[in-house]
Parts: sequence; structure tokens; C-alpha cells
Amino acid sequence: MIAPAGLELRGLVKTYRTGEREVRAVRGIDVSVRAGETVALLGPNGAGKSTTIDMMLGLTRPDDGTIAVLGGTPDAAVAAGRVGVMLQTGGLIRDLTVRELVSMMAALYPRPLEVDRVLELAEINDIGDRRTQKLSGGQTQRVRFAVALIGDPDLLVLDEPTVGMDVESRQAFWTTMRDFAARGRTVLFATHYLDEADAYADRAVLMARGSVVADGPPTEIKAMVGTRTIRATLPDVDVAELERLPGVTSAELRGESVVLVCSDSDLTIRALLERFPTARDLEIAGAGLEEAFLRLTADETEEAA
Amino acid sequence: MNRTAYIRFELLRTVRNRRYFILALAFPIVLYFLIAGPNKSQNDLGGSGLSAPLYYMVGLAAFGAMNAMLSIGGRIATERTTGWNRQLRVTPLSARDYFRAKIITAYMTALAALGLLYIAGTALGVRLTGGEWLSMTGLILVGLIPFGALAVLLGHLLTADAIGPAMGGLVAVLAVLGGVWFPVTSGALYDIARVLPSYWLVQASHVALGGKGWGATGWFVVAAWSVVLTLLAGRAYRRDTGRV
Repeated sequence: MIAPAGLELRGLVKTYRTGEREVRAVRGIDVSVRAGETVALLGPNGAGKSTTIDMMLGLTRPDDGTIAVLGGTPDAAVAAGRVGVMLQTGGLIRDLTVRELVSMMAALYPRPLEVDRVLELAEINDIGDRRTQKLSGGQTQRVRFAVALIGDPDLLVLDEPTVGMDVESRQAFWTTMRDFAARGRTVLFATHYLDEADAYADRAVLMARGSVVADGPPTEIKAMVGTRTIRATLPDVDVAELERLPGVTSAELRGESVVLVCSDSDLTIRALLERFPTARDLEIAGAGLEEAFLRLTADETEEAA
Repeated sequence: MNRTAYIRFELLRTVRNRRYFILALAFPIVLYFLIAGPNKSQNDLGGSGLSAPLYYMVGLAAFGAMNAMLSIGGRIATERTTGWNRQLRVTPLSARDYFRAKIITAYMTALAALGLLYIAGTALGVRLTGGEWLSMTGLILVGLIPFGALAVLLGHLLTADAIGPAMGGLVAVLAVLGGVWFPVTSGALYDIARVLPSYWLVQASHVALGGKGWGATGWFVVAAWSVVLTLLAGRAYRRDTGRV
């Protein structure tokens, strides 16, 4: 019996060649996940999350580095049926009902869960008799989640699992995922939503352009990248005075408008209105992850350019 | 893992697929009655030495079985294009079991095509001994091996969109040269036909002429295509999936 172990990635490198161009998808990353931990792999599109996941599942061979999944090679973990996977893209095969498809996949595993139980977990028991080609995008995602769960895996890997789901499905999905993780299973999910990492992961690993740029509790990551921008129309004001407002990281004047980048926008907006009651046309925008990453890795960008 | 259950669902999917039903089962039966029906009493079709009902029974059974085998190619291409293939690769299903399930499904459906044509042939007066039925079926099943390999090869080379037309054209050519529609007995066509696997499928009907069936040439041609196409299919699979 192999001792339960998590995930250990060391010095992983993957470069794709498309014609003349070289895409350095993953540039030497180290990630470890303890058994029983739920970790978010966070990053914008093109950060190398999917390539990393492909490598840890044995779908792609790394150019360099080592991978240990549940104490062995990716192939061994997959062949033993100990890994449940929801890949980023992928339709379902047609001409089967949802229940038949899940049963078909159950037949591949040594110790599958009961099909009815999994249909219930993934909240698809009401569409069990529907043909797979007649499902909505959100329903398809939930069936794919059921397929990931059916083998009762020790490690669950989810690549952008909530893409295409509506708000309600998302909630239900994460609740199920939490319940599953609470049974001592290891979960790794990729997402580009900071909120998902914040709400559902014990730890977040932040990736940008093929490298790990941060690794820590989601609250820490959120503080790093979760800035907001406040815009307001406020003529004749001193920039230095704006910069002294609580929670402001930087302030800028653009004609009659001011733009404040804040680490704590709640605090800033109260102070702003108290001090400048004439401020109007207020807008608060959350910085997208892309924007945040650009800031975090700005030096590197200039170097590359 | 439960291989039987897995194959059962593969089979269920195939039976529910309309394209398969039309090409492998319905189409050959209808054509058989249209072509062989009016020539029911012809005892030596185009110098083949065989009656029209027998000749076309095997010709169209070969046609249906060929379509049944090649349809795995379409299935593989579709599963690759939709990403289902990747999903299967992260389950304990081995590549060997994946292809085994596909080939078994194809053979089961090919057998259904044969069975239906045999019943239709009997209705038009085909009479063979038990041994002849068996050895004829045996030859056809062996003759289908290159088509299974070809299907896997094309399934890994072509996209889901391209494979339909490619297969359609290929089957049409192989059917004409193989003698599905009329016996090919002389000339340049004959020289080409004799090195094609489809020709030998249709030639399985020659067991009715004294049990010789294929002869050395037939066995050699079928074996050569089987080996070459299987090697190519294995290579295409490994290139496609990056597996060694």
C-alpha cells in the first residue's frame, strides 16, 4: 500500500515549438501540495496552469523536472484509478444517457462510487435519463464533474471547472467540492477567479507567464493582487493630499478626474467622501487578475521587451 | 475494471448511431434486393462462376462490414476532436483496452451486417453447406483486419470534419475495385484489385466453388496490409498522444 502523499512538482519546464516560434509555457516551477489540502492554481489565461496540469496527469511530458503524484509517477496514479480529473475543455460522447455515461466511466475504476450517489452529488439526478448531446453548457460541466468523482479519487484535479456555469450551479459545485475535500481528499483546482481561490482553497499558488510568482494563504494573495481602483470627478485637488488618504497606494490626476489605486477601497471611499464632499461620479472597479499580474511582474516585462 | 460493462456501453452507443445503421445495415440490404433481386436466376455472374444472389450477398456483406469497421475511425476522430480522448487517458483505461473495445464493437456490428445479408441471401435462394457458411464467414472476419487498422490510422490522422468525406470516398473506390458492384475478372482493374484487401473480402464467396477460398495470393495480400496498416496505426497513435 502506497502511503497517501500529495503532489510534488520540482523544477518543471515545458517549451512548445510551433514552427519558428518557441512558447515557454512553464519555466521551472516548484509546487507541493500536502495530502488533504485544497490548493488553487491561480493565474490569468496563458499563465501555464493547463500545461502544468497536463504534465502532472501524464498527458504531456515535461522537458525537465520531476513530478510525484500520490507518491508515484503520474501514469501509475492514473492507472491505479486514484486521480479524478475535470479537464478545461472537452465535450461528452454522444448517444448515451447521462446515467449510462457515468456508469460506463464507473466500469473503468477498481472501486467506483455508486452511480446514483454521484449523480446526486453533482446534482444531475434529474437529468439522468437525458441524452448527453441534449445538455446545456452548465449541465455538461456538472456531468464532467460527476465523471471526475465516480472513481472515488484520492486526488481531484479540476481545470477551470466553473467556466460556463451560472451563479447557482457555481455555488452548488463548490459546496460539493468542499464536502469531497472534507473527507481528507487532496484537491487542486485551476482558476482565474481570485474570489474562487479566496473562498474555497486552503492555499493559492499564483502563476504568471510560466512561473510561480506567489504561494501562500489566499488572503495574502488577495492583498497582493486584489486592489481596486476608485475614480471620481473632483476638480482642483492636491495629489499629495489624495495620496495621504487611508488605503491609497497611488493617486493620479486626469483633467478633472482623480484615479486612486487602493489596497482597501472601503476605507478609502469613506475617507474620500468625508474630506471631499464635492466628489461625484464615483466608480469603483476591481483590478482584473491580468492587470494585477502585469503590475507584479512589470520589471520582467520591460526586460523581455 | 469491468471490461464487459465498458464494451456493452460502447456497443449501445453504436447501435444508437443513425449513420452506422444506414451505412452498415440498412443501405446494403436495400441495395442487395435492388441489384440481386432482378437477376435472381443468373447462375454465372460476369464469368465469376457464382450465382448473382450469392455473389452480391457476399459483395454487399463485405460492403456493410467494411463500413462497420471503418466507422471506428470516425469515432476515434470525434473523440479526439471533442477532447474525450484526453478524458479517457486520465482514467485507468489502457490504450490496449481502448482499442480492444473499439475493435470488438466493430466486429460485433460487422457480424450483424453479415447476418442480415445472409438472411436476405437465403431469401433469394442462396444455399450453402454449413461448412461453406462457416469458412466464408471466417475469411471475411480475417479480411476485415486491415480495415480495423486503417480505421485507427485515419482516426488519428484526420479531424472529425475531414474523416467523413475521406471515408466515403475511400469506401466507394475500394468497393468498386473490390468487385462489390460487378465482378472484376480481367484487365488493368483486375491487376489493381488483386492487391487490395477489399477484393479478397468479396472473394470469400469463392468458397462455394469447391472450398479453395483465397489461395496463397489472397492470404499474402491480407496479411501484408494487416501488418503494414497496424504498424502505421501504432505510429500515428503514438505521435498523436505523445506516448512512447
